[in-house]
Amino acid sequence: MFFTYLRRELRRRRKAALVVASGLALGIALVIVVSSVSSGMGKAQDKVLQSLYGLGTDMTVTKAASPTASASDRPRFQFDAQDNDSDEEQSTDRVLVQGFQTLATSTVSKVGKQSGVSDAVGGLSLQVIKVSGQFTRGQFQQNGNGGTQGGPGGGQGGGQPQGEVQGGGANFDVNNYSVFGTDVARPDLGPLTSSKITSGRAFKASETNAKVAVIDSAYAKEKKLKVGSTVTIKSVKFKVVGVATADSGDSAANVYIPLTQAQTISDSKNKVTTIYVKATDSQKIDSVKSAIQKNVSGTTVTTSADLADTVSGSLSTASSLATNVGKWLSIAVLVAAFLVAGLLTSSAVSRRVREFGTLKALGWKSRRVTGQVIGEAMVNGLLGGALGIALGLAGAYAVTAVSPTLEASLGGGGGGGMGQGGPGGGGGFGGPGRAASKTLDVALTAPVSVTTVAIAVGLAVAGGLIAGAFGGWRASRLRPADALRRVE
Amino acid sequence: MYELRGVTKRYTRGKDIVHALDGVDLTIADGDRLVIQGPTGGGKSTLLQMLGGLDRPSEGEVVLDGTDLAKLSEARLTKVRSENIGFVFQSFNLIPTLTAQENVETALVPLGVKVKDRRERAAEALKSVGLGERLGHLPSEMSGGQQQRVAIARALVKQPKVLLADEPTGNLDEGMRDEIMDVLERLWKEHGLTFIMVTHDSSIAKKAPRVATIRKGKITVKENAASS
Ligand SMILES: Nc1ncnc2c1ncn2[C@@H]1O[C@H](COP(=O)(O)OP(=O)(O)OP(=O)(O)O)[C@@H](O)[C@H]1O
Ligand SMILES: [Mg+2]
Repeated sequence: MFFTYLRRELRRRRKAALVVASGLALGIALVIVVSSVSSGMGKAQDKVLQSLYGLGTDMTVTKAASPTASASDRPRFQFDAQDNDSDEEQSTDRVLVQGFQTLATSTVSKVGKQSGVSDAVGGLSLQVIKVSGQFTRGQFQQNGNGGTQGGPGGGQGGGQPQGEVQGGGANFDVNNYSVFGTDVARPDLGPLTSSKITSGRAFKASETNAKVAVIDSAYAKEKKLKVGSTVTIKSVKFKVVGVATADSGDSAANVYIPLTQAQTISDSKNKVTTIYVKATDSQKIDSVKSAIQKNVSGTTVTTSADLADTVSGSLSTASSLATNVGKWLSIAVLVAAFLVAGLLTSSAVSRRVREFGTLKALGWKSRRVTGQVIGEAMVNGLLGGALGIALGLAGAYAVTAVSPTLEASLGGGGGGGMGQGGPGGGGGFGGPGRAASKTLDVALTAPVSVTTVAIAVGLAVAGGLIAGAFGGWRASRLRPADALRRVE
Repeated sequence: MYELRGVTKRYTRGKDIVHALDGVDLTIADGDRLVIQGPTGGGKSTLLQMLGGLDRPSEGEVVLDGTDLAKLSEARLTKVRSENIGFVFQSFNLIPTLTAQENVETALVPLGVKVKDRRERAAEALKSVGLGERLGHLPSEMSGGQQQRVAIARALVKQPKVLLADEPTGNLDEGMRDEIMDVLERLWKEHGLTFIMVTHDSSIAKKAPRVATIRKGKITVKENAASS
């Protein structure tokens, strides 16, 4: 009888069932969408961090911030502007250590020895600025304003890594790119791990001092480079052995060369800018961080959590929206849905006072009547759950299908260790720390995990139970004499 | 057999205390037929509730075959109702979402009758009230008289000792009223039940052998020698 009665009730009072179910469905759908969008945000953030860090890196160690680099550190370019010069092309390279702050190579092993550190690898981030071009005498004379210094780079130098300087009688090309000196013997840690070799090969462990390079695919495309090409950095020729494509679409550097070579061309023997650290236990990152900071003086340790805090832009806005507003909204909607489901079930019982009273008068045990009410509520809850899961999945897939693009800016404190390194100023080629801030576009997805669906099912059951508790309580209090009540 | 002694039922409504029943003494023999009359609000339904174990008196004893219903636990009382007492209500009280047959089956559910048995007995009971063709109909698809006949089948399918009817024809027009009274009379004779019926209809009361009148909670019983 239980199932017959249940089936009949649900079929013949479809509307009431649907109202209860759709309330729950709304709440559950919202929970699914919000939690999948949040996990999508998490993934997007991970992607942003990975592009800077590489896979498996739990934290980086950089030199502790010191007062602003002195003016003398800034690059200077000197060109000859001889009178007899005709069409001869001149060019000059400046190789700068990113952030101008380095740590001794010995720090790497010191960090590696700290408890909780599973692996530590050093890397050297360089910024290369190449200015090349020529003077034409005639124009120089006519305009009279062809500066002998190519430096100022016009107003356009700031955001753009390259610009053409055409001042009076000069025609200069500015080329700005990043170089990363990687420890070829330790390919399992560092920024290169978040890229895949798509052409050619990776560095061999033996190539510690070889003049070979792996270049980023985007840079390769732009510069029309391929495996076998040559890149010249400060008149040292490197042979391109591989092209790497960054997983996130944005690489840590344009050109990767062996660490020793990078140290040589930048005059920073036995120096590194960043130490990439992997912890033995990802749960103990904070204690490892404090151990390093305590035992290795003059360092700044940045964990991915610290870095994540510096992520700004629409990604972080959306992310905090999803985690705060979204969470509270779905809790509020859920509570409301549970309450409404409970009250509707309870009021449905009130409308059936005589029906349940009659059953009790016929000798039905109170428990049987209550069970019937709870059974109906449970089915409504599960119906709501099914509806909500369908709705939630549709919502999550819609988000993934549209995959809105979010912008993430990684603030300073990251690679450069220079504190807030704002985007390069209007003039010049971007001051120190410029590369420490990074802007990426990340497509937002909303992956639905099994856990989320399980939670949704749990919520549906909970909703049914809550509604059943309301209704069942009401039904249990009915007396058989209510069969004679004049309702309706 | 019913033996009621000093049955009093008080309802409190705010500050007021209503004596729905006030010291009722009454004996009803097995197989008896009793008609209860009285003005509205007199306490007729309240008396029926006491007899049927739907509620307990505030004072007094309601003894059915040696058991005082007033002292039984809720569970035992439920059992007594399910086994011994059939109810017919003024407004039929059918479950609107269940078919005629399923409605009749609900009376057999607490007795633990097997599904197949239950169906057969329900169908038979409906046949005996002339609704053999309407097993699958919903209450809303039937006339008032038909619905009340389903309710009668439901009351009698478990072969109770007592049939209690509270104005069973109160919601029916005249033609249907006679039809229902005929069915009840026939079944009373066939089953040898104790049949207690509340009615406003004096023409029915006239034909009854024994008539009780309740006014302001007090009962007076009159033997009607004229009828059989
Ligand atoms: N649950 C209750 N709570 C409070 N008062 C009640 C309750 N049930 C009945 N009463 C009161 O008890 C008195 C007797 O009611 P009862 O229903 O027994 O009358 P009745 O004779 O059946 O009337 P009617 O002919 O209108 O059906 C009435 O005054 C009624 O208002
Ligand atoms: Mg009444």
